[in-house]
Amino acid sequence: MSDSFVLELKGITKAYFGTTVLKDVNLSVRPGEIHALVGENGAGKSTLMNILFGMPVIHETGGFEGELILDGENVKIDSPRRAMELGIGMVHQEFMLLPGFTITENIKLNREITRKNVVSRVLGPKMETLNMPAMRRDARAALEKLSLTVDELAMMSGLPVGYKQFVEIAREIDKKNIKLLVFDEPTAVLTESEAEYLLTAMRRLAAEGIAILFITHRLDEVMSVSNNITILRDGEIVARIPREEAKLERIAELMVGRKIERAELPPRSVEPSDNDLAITISQLRVEMPGERVKGLDLKVRKGEILGIGGLAGHGKVGVANGVMGMYPAMGKVEKDGVEVPLNNSKAALQSGMAFVSEDRRGVGLLLDESIEMNIVLTSMQAQNKFLYKGPLNALRLQNGKKIRAHALKMIKDLDIRCTGPTQLVRRLSGGNQQKVCLARAFSLEPKILWVSEPTRGIDVGAKQLVLDLLVEFNRTHGMTVIMTSSELAELRKICDRIAIVYEGKVVGILPPDASDVEYGLMMAGKAGNVKEVG
Amino acid sequence: MSNTKLNANGNGNGSDLDNNRTQAQVQAQAQGAAGFLQKVGAAVSEFMKWYGVPRLIITCFLLVLIILAIIYKMDLGSLLGDSLTRVGMNGLLVLAMVPTITCGVGLNFGLPVGIICGLVGGVFSMSMDLTGFTGFFVAIALALPLSVIAGWLYGKLLEKVAGQEMMVGTYVGFSIVAGMAIFWLTAPIKNPSMIFAIGGQGLRYTLTLQDYFGGILNNFLAFDIVIGKFTMNVPTGLLLFFGLFCVLLYLFFRSRTGLAMLAVGSNPQYAASSGVNIRRMRYTGVIMSTVLGAIGILVYAQSYGFLQLYNAPLYMAFPAIAAILIGGATLRKATISQVIIGSVLFFTLLTTALPVVQTVLDGSEVGGGISEIARMIIQNGTILYALTRVGRR
Repeated sequence: MSDSFVLELKGITKAYFGTTVLKDVNLSVRPGEIHALVGENGAGKSTLMNILFGMPVIHETGGFEGELILDGENVKIDSPRRAMELGIGMVHQEFMLLPGFTITENIKLNREITRKNVVSRVLGPKMETLNMPAMRRDARAALEKLSLTVDELAMMSGLPVGYKQFVEIAREIDKKNIKLLVFDEPTAVLTESEAEYLLTAMRRLAAEGIAILFITHRLDEVMSVSNNITILRDGEIVARIPREEAKLERIAELMVGRKIERAELPPRSVEPSDNDLAITISQLRVEMPGERVKGLDLKVRKGEILGIGGLAGHGKVGVANGVMGMYPAMGKVEKDGVEVPLNNSKAALQSGMAFVSEDRRGVGLLLDESIEMNIVLTSMQAQNKFLYKGPLNALRLQNGKKIRAHALKMIKDLDIRCTGPTQLVRRLSGGNQQKVCLARAFSLEPKILWVSEPTRGIDVGAKQLVLDLLVEFNRTHGMTVIMTSSELAELRKICDRIAIVYEGKVVGILPPDASDVEYGLMMAGKAGNVKEVG
Repeated sequence: MSNTKLNANGNGNGSDLDNNRTQAQVQAQAQGAAGFLQKVGAAVSEFMKWYGVPRLIITCFLLVLIILAIIYKMDLGSLLGDSLTRVGMNGLLVLAMVPTITCGVGLNFGLPVGIICGLVGGVFSMSMDLTGFTGFFVAIALALPLSVIAGWLYGKLLEKVAGQEMMVGTYVGFSIVAGMAIFWLTAPIKNPSMIFAIGGQGLRYTLTLQDYFGGILNNFLAFDIVIGKFTMNVPTGLLLFFGLFCVLLYLFFRSRTGLAMLAVGSNPQYAASSGVNIRRMRYTGVIMSTVLGAIGILVYAQSYGFLQLYNAPLYMAFPAIAAILIGGATLRKATISQVIIGSVLFFTLLTTALPVVQTVLDGSEVGGGISEIARMIIQNGTILYALTRVGRR
């Protein structure tokens, strides 16, 4: 790491329509440094990046104040193209890749190496032939820097998500003058092992002298790779700390601006036990692509919060989806001794179960409908609630008053931040959308609630609120909650027991205070002593 | 269409907006008259957002035409009366688009399927020599079972081509019209006023409804409004019939099944996870649209005075599609108010443009040509515009 800075932002201030979103922000990055930029949603991270890349949205809204200094020179970046020329690269959260092209073609897109030929001599450089061997060599080299062992001529469309992310990075580092690389929440779509791999790649790139600006929600990743951490809150920089001095709790606290407590969970009058079971699942098989369940057995106690953990791809997400009829399933599911038919969402809902899907925007919401409609529609269809009386269930009319009253109550109880019950769900932030999903499930007044990845893609403050809500409904309404999550930490925070799924089966059930080693081993399928907690 | 701007600014800034609004209110109180103007301005801009730019342009164009008509001292009464009739006679066909859009099948380019069923009902009702309301309602009664069956079969086909419903629908419409031409030629109808004068077989191209149920709805409770020297005829029965169906459909989309249909169209996976049978809802939507198409053509025919067979239904879907799109519907969402606004705008435009342009150009042949061209441009341009927006959110 050298002493000079590759990038310095000085006194950046930006206002949109009179609302200040960035206030006097200073940020400097050295070559070879991994600099983490953390902050809640809306803290101003994206705006800062838009300024750095000269996005049109900045100029259209009146520009910004402050200086951009690159390699000691004051620069003016007025378009993304200019940013690129100056050696600033971006790894996008959503991939910008052509699926029908090979990896090499994607990496070299618009920067192809060409050879002159007869036609091009006449018609100009547009007609030059691609120098495929040279392009392959370059692509190979870029991939090797990331130690990715994949055929550089493989088609993009067939690659798993993780690989696509790496091809994005390879494309950026293949640009010869690259000085600064921005990673915008690169691990959001990756599994834990892929994310680990990506972090290793980032370290390697930094070692070659490329400065990295790392934007993420995942604090443990920040702790593991970054050299320095800058924390943004409400458009201001609240702290800049070197990693050695940083503590996870401290960062989270600074980000949110209030203390995160690991309070004891409220007690119950009756502790759940194996004598009183809510659901018994035996030999469940679910054909969910990428998350197959292969003969899983699980007993869920009445009134508990059961966590389902495990690595991505091992089938933990498939369990809820299978039981709730979203994917083809086989096996036996008994609720209170009565068998619940599989492959039938309606029967599952009517048996008193509700499901909050991991695919919030895909399954959980009607994005272009109002909040109230999103909340009540499922109850209306499955339980004939919120309808006027009528002779034919199919033609009973919606009871607008009841719907409005219920929606207002949910908005208040769940603290959904919105302009009103008729606001379109698309306009809400991720956390508030998740709360609408929960409200939809709570409206069914379920005995058993299946929740998958409830905190995925929402900011730290909202995460805590969502978890609190689950605990509250569990304690006050005696709702049995089965929560599937990739984030072990949050499972350990609120669950009574945590079942670990490996290769489509439950390998063991651990108490939340079991050691990291036990969890680690079990998730890797190396549980010599399969444990059951009493 | 105008929502994109809202989207960009409205993201999670709800509280900020509220602050601005309360500030605006405080200022309004302080400044009195200026504040009042501000409020009016806000109300106007709110209305504009809801009404949308495309509709505003068409409304303005329409106003220009009407002003021209006044300047040239044209018979405004008959112009507006004809427009009302046009709106009423086409209204049900426009309404037929709503169920398919709502259940996610998109615009029903295969509307001729329903239209044919209605025509068959009409033909058989005529061949039984039924007249008046009996004739009209028997025609509907005959068309209903036919259109339910045809709609079910059409739905079955669309199920197989999910994702390309609109393109396939267009060709289904074209093929069924051609196929039915054979039926019209060979239909076992013996009523001499309906079949070709020579040969003793085959239905005529156009069947006159005058002695059967022609104008039955138009004349029901019809009255004249006299404004100055103009008289405007109001086809009460026709408008009531259209209104009745609007209300029925409006209520349907607030019923359990209607809302299930809405969920299927908006997000099939949400619907599935709510225990809704997606397939059944799509079938219901297609069948409803086909039934409305069948009733719609009978309403159209009684007002027009003729049953048009053979190639006539070929392009019947297009004006209906253009009307609902002008009303502000998209390929994913349509409301009854959009049907009404769209029908009024589009069909009033059609009826007024022709005579006004002709008068302005002093009755020359060019005038008729130009207005026909204008109609084509508006109708097909609207459809094209809507199709280019497929999948954009």
